Amino acid sequence: MNERPALLQMQGITKRYPGVVALEEVDLEVRRGEVHFLLGENGAGKSTLMKILAGAVQRDAGTIIIDGCISELRSPREANDAGVSIIYQEFNLVPHLTVAENIFLGREPAARLPGLIDRARMEQEAQQRLTELGVVIRPDAVVDDLGVAEQQMVEVAKALSIDAKILIMDEPTSALTNQEITRLFHVIRTLRDRGVAIIYISHRMEELHRIGDRVTVMRDGRHIATRELTSTHLNELITLMVGRALTEHFPKVAVPAGEELLRVEGLKRTGVLHGISLTLHRGEVVGLAGLMGSGRTELARAIFGADPVDGGRIWVRGKEAKLDSPRAAIALGLGFLTEDRKRQGLVLGLDVTANTCLANLDRFSAAGIVSPGQEMAVAKKLTADLRVKTPDLHQLVVNLSGGNQQKVVLAKWLCREAEILIFDEPTRGIDVGSKVEIYQLINRLAAEGKAVLMISSEMPEILGMSDRILVMHRGSIAGEFSAAEATQEKILHCAVGAKAA
Amino acid sequence: MKIPNRLARNARQFGTFAVFVVLCAVISILTPHFLSVSNLLNVAQQTVINAIIAVGLTYVIISAGIDLSVGSILAFSGVVMGQALGAGLPLPLAIAAGVAVGTGCGAVNGLLIAYGRLPPFIATLGMMSVARGAALLVTDGRPVSGFSESFRWLATGEVMGVPVPVLIMILVYVAAHFVLRRTKFGRYTFAIGGNEEAALLSGVPVRLYKLGIYAVCGGLAGLASVILTARLNSAQPIAGLSYELDAIAATVIGGTSLMGGRGSVVGTLLGALIMGVLRNGLNLLGVSSFIQQVVIGAVIIAAVLLDTFLKNSKR
Ligand SMILES: Nc1ncnc2c1ncn2[C@@H]1O[C@H](COP(=O)(O)OP(=O)(O)OP(=O)(O)O)[C@@H](O)[C@H]1O
Ligand SMILES: [Mg+2]
Repeated sequence: MNERPALLQMQGITKRYPGVVALEEVDLEVRRGEVHFLLGENGAGKSTLMKILAGAVQRDAGTIIIDGCISELRSPREANDAGVSIIYQEFNLVPHLTVAENIFLGREPAARLPGLIDRARMEQEAQQRLTELGVVIRPDAVVDDLGVAEQQMVEVAKALSIDAKILIMDEPTSALTNQEITRLFHVIRTLRDRGVAIIYISHRMEELHRIGDRVTVMRDGRHIATRELTSTHLNELITLMVGRALTEHFPKVAVPAGEELLRVEGLKRTGVLHGISLTLHRGEVVGLAGLMGSGRTELARAIFGADPVDGGRIWVRGKEAKLDSPRAAIALGLGFLTEDRKRQGLVLGLDVTANTCLANLDRFSAAGIVSPGQEMAVAKKLTADLRVKTPDLHQLVVNLSGGNQQKVVLAKWLCREAEILIFDEPTRGIDVGSKVEIYQLINRLAAEGKAVLMISSEMPEILGMSDRILVMHRGSIAGEFSAAEATQEKILHCAVGAKAA
Repeated sequence: MKIPNRLARNARQFGTFAVFVVLCAVISILTPHFLSVSNLLNVAQQTVINAIIAVGLTYVIISAGIDLSVGSILAFSGVVMGQALGAGLPLPLAIAAGVAVGTGCGAVNGLLIAYGRLPPFIATLGMMSVARGAALLVTDGRPVSGFSESFRWLATGEVMGVPVPVLIMILVYVAAHFVLRRTKFGRYTFAIGGNEEAALLSGVPVRLYKLGIYAVCGGLAGLASVILTARLNSAQPIAGLSYELDAIAATVIGGTSLMGGRGSVVGTLLGALIMGVLRNGLNLLGVSSFIQQVVIGAVIIAAVLLDTFLKNSKR
């Protein structure tokens, strides 16, 4: 085996937060020209370790050696100078600036006059990066107007525009569809061959052997093992990671479909949705597949009354309904788990309990006074069911790990006991073990006679969990498959706009 | 595990409290008269108006808004109440009229902000001028003076040794704290300020609650005007000039974030007391009012610096 020299050594890294030991004496060694996977359950400490390496969080103890030099890494700038570039798990783009401005933020190309920015060059270079990634995003588009996947690609472009020795990617693919992932992997391989060390975090297990060279497994803030991927089986890694073996990844239980709960006919939104019709029945899990920008989230928002529509009718439980605000939709028993938990799902400055109960506060209050006891009881139960890792129920959600935040959003809609659930990327950023639990939860919801519309970019999830699959392409439903007839090829074919077979 | 966690979460409030205690200690060493009962009551009296207005601003600022019009609303409510009293309206009705005018002005702010989608800064800047103008208009620019003894009792009276205004302030704070921490209204105030979009998508009637928050803020300015008018025995159309700034300062010193989503009523009370103690202490020490302004400005900046520092050191 050709032992490449270690480019990065992190030794004995420890980080404590009030009530939580995020990292305890963690060691990590990464070589030049490898893709090093970091694997671990939600809250294992992966992001914290990476934030320390990126200078965004200060460690309590431990040494970091980059390229033979001990590095203090007291600020993101120092880390940048040491050759570290990072794509954070949560977006760090300035919403009101353009794509190009975001990519070059802090490193704007100077024009001839000092202090002025060479806009043309900046946009041209941004365009170049985006083309390398194979995405069609205008450099002068405002970031706020982009979808999650597009924003993710902008983050990638931004990280790539820094010539880094060490590139950290914290769940870069959690919001991407297969197409973009393939392109991203192509870029990653090119960088690796150029000698860049890439530290890669993901909960999509199929990516391990596709892109990884070595893997380090973490659990509860500790280093568990480091392995060569060529000689390690996936199941072994999962066992190391969750501390037990997982037998089934998609424990689908089919429930006979009951009466119709939701019917949408000819839903239109100019330029976005072109006459969408669909139905949801009790006990059904309907998967909604499609590429980035195909209008899946827009459809969900339109049904939920979060965006205005230009036409179409909706029936709930057989009665025509006017869903012109989320409040109206919620009153009729709809729930919408949004894809962007930070922007739309959570109030980060409130605690776990308050977020869990936010959509259903009426249930816990009499005459406007909230009963903390009742609230806590429900939050306690739901966080236990979902295995949310938090020191207590009063922890602010902002302090939870990404996957645990996602679980809190789920808890919010479970707490509401909505009957018609729209889940937009429900397992985004959730670890393998917990994913299975969420799938079981979806089964349970279906068995209770609820209906789930599940938007997902993870093909195995769509195939494994749906009774029926709808595929969107450019704002229309391009095809519908039963679980039995659906295959990855058929769905992809349909999603890129080729006529359904 | 639990206790350090709790402590960490309330670090800011302990910080404010520590500043308050240190401040009192320093002043009482420099001038022993500071700690006399009469002077302490004096400080409380002087803090009451600002403290009550600041409660409203705390709600507004937690909801990620701002209200610049409270000083003008105070003046307008005051003169309307004064005229009502002058016209012979029974005391409770006149007071209700004053508070209602404040609430109404606040509700108009709320309507403009929530339903008209105006930025809070603009809407309340407009109201600041409109309410002031209205106060001058209805009085022709002249103060309304000379009220009954029973009305003045609201400022001069005592219940078991506690001045009535201080009692009112305590009641307002207990209620405001309870509402902020234990009711839907309070919870939604935090949610709206913390993430309006998430609140909306969770079915929170965001616009209605915004309207309510500004109405409460205006109403509290109206309540403050009752005490001020009773104390001065006169309702002045030019009362309350720049009171909004004092109230914002108290709120910010108390640790409420101008970005919204974070804050506490207890902090605001401490903030108002810090400002009151500082003014009083500097007066006792015979420091010129010019220097006082400089000192108070510096304290506001120091408080926010402390806040930023605390937040960053937790990384
Ligand atoms: N600022 C903070 N304050 C308090 N606790 C924190 C803070 N940041 C992280 N933690 C805690 O540290 C632990 C590790 O979090 P981290 O974000 O590193 O997990 P992770 O492995 O990236 O998980 P995920 O897969 O869900 O993203 C968690 O228990 C989290 O709650
Ligand atoms: Mg993470």
